[in-house]
This record gives sequence, structure tokens and C-alpha cells, in this order.
Amino acid sequence: MSRLMSTSVIEHGELTTKKQSWEGISQMEQFKEGTTKINVKDLNLFYGEKQALFGVYLDIHEKQVTALIGPSGCGKSTFLRTLNRMNDLIDGVKISGDIVIDHENIYKTNDVIKLRTKVGMVFQKPNLFPMSIYDNVAYGPRMQGIKNKKELNKLVEESLRGAAIWDEVKDRLKTSALGLSGGQQQRVCIARAIAMKPDVILMDEPTSALDPISTLKVEELITAMKKDYTIVIVTHNMQQAARISDKTAFFLNGEVVEYDDTDNIFSTPQDQRTEDYVTGRFG
Amino acid sequence: MIQLKDKLLRGLLWISAFLSVAVLVMIVGFIFYKGINLISFSFIFGDYSPTGGGGIWPMIVTTIYTILISLIIATPIGIFAAVYLQEYAKQGRLVRTIRFATESLTGIPSIIYGLFGAVFFVTTLKLGMSIIAASLTLTIIVLPVIIRTTEEALKTVPLSYREGSLALGTTKLQTLYKVILPSAMPGVLSGIILSIGRIVGESAAIFLTAGTVAAMPDSIFSSARTLTVHAYLVTQESGDIELAAAVGIVLIVIILVINLSATFISKKLNRATNK
Repeated sequence: MSRLMSTSVIEHGELTTKKQSWEGISQMEQFKEGTTKINVKDLNLFYGEKQALFGVYLDIHEKQVTALIGPSGCGKSTFLRTLNRMNDLIDGVKISGDIVIDHENIYKTNDVIKLRTKVGMVFQKPNLFPMSIYDNVAYGPRMQGIKNKKELNKLVEESLRGAAIWDEVKDRLKTSALGLSGGQQQRVCIARAIAMKPDVILMDEPTSALDPISTLKVEELITAMKKDYTIVIVTHNMQQAARISDKTAFFLNGEVVEYDDTDNIFSTPQDQRTEDYVTGRFG
Repeated sequence: MIQLKDKLLRGLLWISAFLSVAVLVMIVGFIFYKGINLISFSFIFGDYSPTGGGGIWPMIVTTIYTILISLIIATPIGIFAAVYLQEYAKQGRLVRTIRFATESLTGIPSIIYGLFGAVFFVTTLKLGMSIIAASLTLTIIVLPVIIRTTEEALKTVPLSYREGSLALGTTKLQTLYKVILPSAMPGVLSGIILSIGRIVGESAAIFLTAGTVAAMPDSIFSSARTLTVHAYLVTQESGDIELAAAVGIVLIVIILVINLSATFISKKLNRATNK
């Protein structure tokens, strides 16, 4: 069984390598300028015996929004969670390949804490802690040892402003965060991530639990945030990817089928499967 | 036909509910009816007199001592054990065995614990018949209760809290102390309330480890008598049901007060975190 799988891995690896080199040329011509923030090379991931990612290569550019799209179970969330090593929490996950963020291989250095302060995350459902709004946003900095009240106050205000929610909550900072609406909660989650002053923010379908108006607000926020942060967002909503992202990667069955400027993915996809997916023929 | 079945079933449910409430009311009513005449300030706060007519203050103090000492020892150990089993231990045969063992421990009759306490704490550790020996025995009795309820409480803390905290670059220990344990606190507290009930209600194990000295304890190393033991002894020795019932009233009130204050604290905690 394991033998079979290892051959299939190599096959997949070769396949993607070939395609990647071909894409590499087109990328150079087509990609808007931008420096690479995250460099993923030949990433394979196994849940026990089951392989979920097959030889993924991906260059994520600094201060851009990169969208990961694809049908359910295609590995896009799994991939996202490798970037801040959240998959470490799951028993039996094995990973091979390299992920380099700012010249540092995150699976070689073992400082997960430092990685996660640098790479923040916003989850599918708002997951604020049962504490006040203030305490939620100040949670991360406090755990890093910041105790100074003035410094914390400033940080909380900046973060909430950064997440475009300050005006809505400034008068109720000390009340429970769970009393806010879903959309407000999700923006406080973003503020909580911002408070760590990360470089990269990962978002795992951040609007899937929100109503259309809240979704719009979060999308506007993401667009505004990219001048300061590198954002990687998983979305099942193709319109959303088209609206807010600079680059789009299309995942299918644990492989990256196509990765290009978002405009190209949606207007002139190179792969038939991408075209079928973005035109709504499956998924 | 279906309607008839429905009515029958409803009737059955109603009767069961009525019966259980009725029994409770009857017992409490009986105790109050028999004992209320004896309740007075001097009965509750007066010193005990072997010739009769004295109060039960020494027994109340002894009962409070045993509750406090047992909980002070059992609560931290129980919580730590539960945290280890639930959050740190690799889930496997060993953990399953430990769980099975703690579950079995809750089912052992307390007289067995009493015998163990009498041999180990009283004799081997030379603590003598004393409040401390009884409290240590009670600690062993309530430990499984606290471990089980804390484990259940930890299980109900959503994974999203853990993920949210860890994704902010916190350590496992920080996440545990700042997010997981506070969220589990109401559950932990209910375990402690259950334990208090178990301690107050215990008699056999205390009888064998603290003895029956009916006097104000000098220290926790003195032999003394708790309320339940007192109730048992007065019934046994003099057949004084009224006195026993009066002690029962005091016990019921103590448990009521403890439960109410615990619910109050738990509500306060919830409000502080949820609203």
C-alpha cells in the first residue's frame, strides 16, 4: 500500500514540476511585480495513509491577496493550515516538502510560536473567546508579555480601527464579545489577528458564516488591508475570489491545477478543468 | 389508538414525576415535622452536652472542617489529573485504564474507603482518629467525581477556542490557563458541588476515621463527630428521632446554602465571560 502511494507521489510530483516549469515562464511574463513572501516547494501532506496534498508548488507574493479556490475536499484549507502549521494539532499528519517564509523554512525551524505571531489566522466561523471585546483583542499581545496599559490600549484601538470596527464597538469594549453580531465578531477576529502585527494573514472562508452585507464589509476590509499585509484567503465563492484577489490558485484533488493572476484565471484559464470550474460546470 | 397510547404514556410520565417529587416532599416534611421544635439559637450555636439539652455547634464546625480540607486537597489534584488525561496524555490503553479505574472508584461503597482510611491514614500514617484522617479519606472518595466532571467540562470547550488561541502564537499552557479552563469553570464548579454533597452526606467513612468524640475539636488532628455521624449515633444510642431530625434540618439547610451560593458564583462567572 505504502509502496503504491510513494510511486503515485513521484508521478504527481513530476507532473506538477513539469507544469510548474511551463507555468514559471508564463508567470514571469504575466505576473504583476511583487516579491515572493511565501515559497512552497513540492509540498505533500498525508492524513495517516491518505494523501491530501500532492506536490504543491506556489509562490505567494507580498502585499497581495491570494485566493485559493476549488471544490470541497480539494485540499485548499489543508494547504492554508500548513502555512502556520495548524495541521500540527491533528494526530497523524505527515508533511514533506518545503515552505519558506522570508528565507526561513518553517518546517525546519521549530519555533511554531514565532511563526504564528508572524502568520495570523482568521477562521471560518468567528471564534472569539468568551471575554470582553478588549480582552479578546489584547489576548495575543498580553500572552507575548505586553502588560503596559497604555501600550495595550493603543494596540487595541489601532487593531480595531485596522479591522474597520472601532466606531461600532468603542463604547462597549468591556462588554462580552459574544454579544456582537456574526459580522462584527468576524471583524473583531481580524482585529485580534492584526494586534499581533503579523506579516501574513490567513483566512479560511472568513465570510461563509456571514450575511451578504457583513460579507461585503469584510471584503472591503480585506481589500484595504492588503497594503499592509500579505493575505491568503480560502473561499468557495468564486465571485469573491474575483472581486478581492490579485492571484488565484485553483486546487483540485490536492493538486494546484492552475495558478495565475486572478483576471487570467477567470477570463482566459489555461487548463480545461479550471475553465470548467470557474464557469460553474462542476464544484 | 395512537392517541390512547399517547395519553397513557403521558399519564405514566406524570405519575413518575409526581411520585419522585412526593417522596422528596414527604421526607423533608417528615424531618421538619419531627425536628423543627428543637431548632433554636442555642441548639445550633450551643456547645454539646452529654446530659442532653446541649447544642450541635461542634458537629457543624467539624462538618465544615471536613468539607474545606477535603476540597482544598481534592480540587487541585482532581483538576490537574483531568487536564492531564484530557489535554496531555496520549489517548491509548493507559488512559482508558485510568478512566475505567476512576469510574469504578465512584461505585465503591464508602465503608470500604472508611476501612482503608482507618488502616492507612489512622494507623499507618499515625494520624489517629482525626478530622485530617477523615478528610484525606473523603478526598479519595470525591477525587473521581471531580476528575470525571472536569474531564466532561473540558470536552465541551469548543475546538475553535483552542485553535483561535494557538493561532495567536500562544503556548499550550497559556491556552489552557487563559481560555480552556475558564470556559470549563462552570462544569468544574458543578463537580465541586457534587463533591460537597458527597462529603456532607458521608457517614460510614467518617465514623471509621474521625471517630465519634462529641466535643469541639481543638485542631484538625482531634477526633470529632460530623453532623451525619451525630444523627446516626443519637438515633442508635438513644432512639431520639426528634434530635436526629433536627440535625437533619441543619444538614439540609447547609447543603441548600452551599448549592445556592455555588450556582450564584457559577452564574456570576458566566456573566463575566459571556455578557
